[in-house]
Amino acid sequence: MSEILLLLLSTALVNNVVLIKFLGLCPVMGVSKSVDSAFGMGLATTFVLMLASAASWMLDNWLLQPLGLGYLRILTFILVIASVVQFTEMFVKKTSPGLYQSLGIYLPLITTNCAVLGVALLNVQQEFSLFKSLLYGFGSALGFTLVLLIFAGLRERVALARVPAAFAGAPVAFITISLLALAFMGFSGLNV
Amino acid sequence: MIAAILSLTVLGAILGIALGIANKFLKVEGNPIVDELVDLMPGSNCGQCGYPGCVGAAEAIVAGTAPATCCPPGGKALVSAIAAKLGLTVDLSALGDDGPKIATVAEELCIGCCRCARVCPTDAILGGPKQIHNVFREACTGCEACIEKCPTEALVMKPVPVTLQHWVMPKPRLA
Repeated sequence: MSEILLLLLSTALVNNVVLIKFLGLCPVMGVSKSVDSAFGMGLATTFVLMLASAASWMLDNWLLQPLGLGYLRILTFILVIASVVQFTEMFVKKTSPGLYQSLGIYLPLITTNCAVLGVALLNVQQEFSLFKSLLYGFGSALGFTLVLLIFAGLRERVALARVPAAFAGAPVAFITISLLALAFMGFSGLNV
Repeated sequence: MIAAILSLTVLGAILGIALGIANKFLKVEGNPIVDELVDLMPGSNCGQCGYPGCVGAAEAIVAGTAPATCCPPGGKALVSAIAAKLGLTVDLSALGDDGPKIATVAEELCIGCCRCARVCPTDAILGGPKQIHNVFREACTGCEACIEKCPTEALVMKPVPVTLQHWVMPKPRLA
């Protein structure tokens, strides 16, 4: 039990995908204008990340490794991720048209979110079991959603503040997220 | 080698079939009238109507917030088609439209600056830097986006020229 908690804590906070590993920066800058759409994006990415890490683990352990096709790993993972994202897009379009509108282009762009492929490849690299790689995917998605939510909240307040003209818009967002990254560096002292 | 090809092919096929089935169950029913109007429209999303693209304009026309005459590139032909589809009565005489027009390049004025080619939504303008441009008649939708970009006024709207491929026999008229 404590091992599970430690793995979750270390993937979500200590080795945060966005702020420590610098994966999946595009949606963090793109969909963080409002907390609502950031939450929706976080949920969609969580869904894709978990499905993709489970599916890619199964394919890698039951198909690629027995056949000695390790060199096809990236190709296979991209294929699976693209299909899962396509499915998620259909699902969101059907169940929540408002969220579909607010996510816009960033929903199909989860395909190229390197956090998804990165987590799938890291699972293979660290030779996790199926349960552990699911946990790893969930922890990474948790960290991603957390950063997205915090950053969206910060940006909503910065939008109301009087920012110098030269910093308005994207520059102040970059400064904000770098400060957030500095704050997350503090978790590396946790020693888990 | 064969195992690699086979496994990827089978994987792709399975995922494709699964997505196809999911598409059937998760299909979103759009407004069929909007879809029909989108099919009638130029589809170049030039934005002259003030709506985000042709789909937005079609939705506004169906909702009644935009007039059927809001599409300048579509001209009279589009207005009458929309009016027939929606059962509207539209005053066509208010439209200063004398037949469909497309952009043409005056070769003696063109300096090959490429500004027109960059804004063309249908990629209908041919030519590289410092080369005289030309317009593909079949691809031009007459949206006039390029006209104001031309620094030498070499682009002008002209009625669609009649060529051997385009000529149709005029319908018989009452004397």
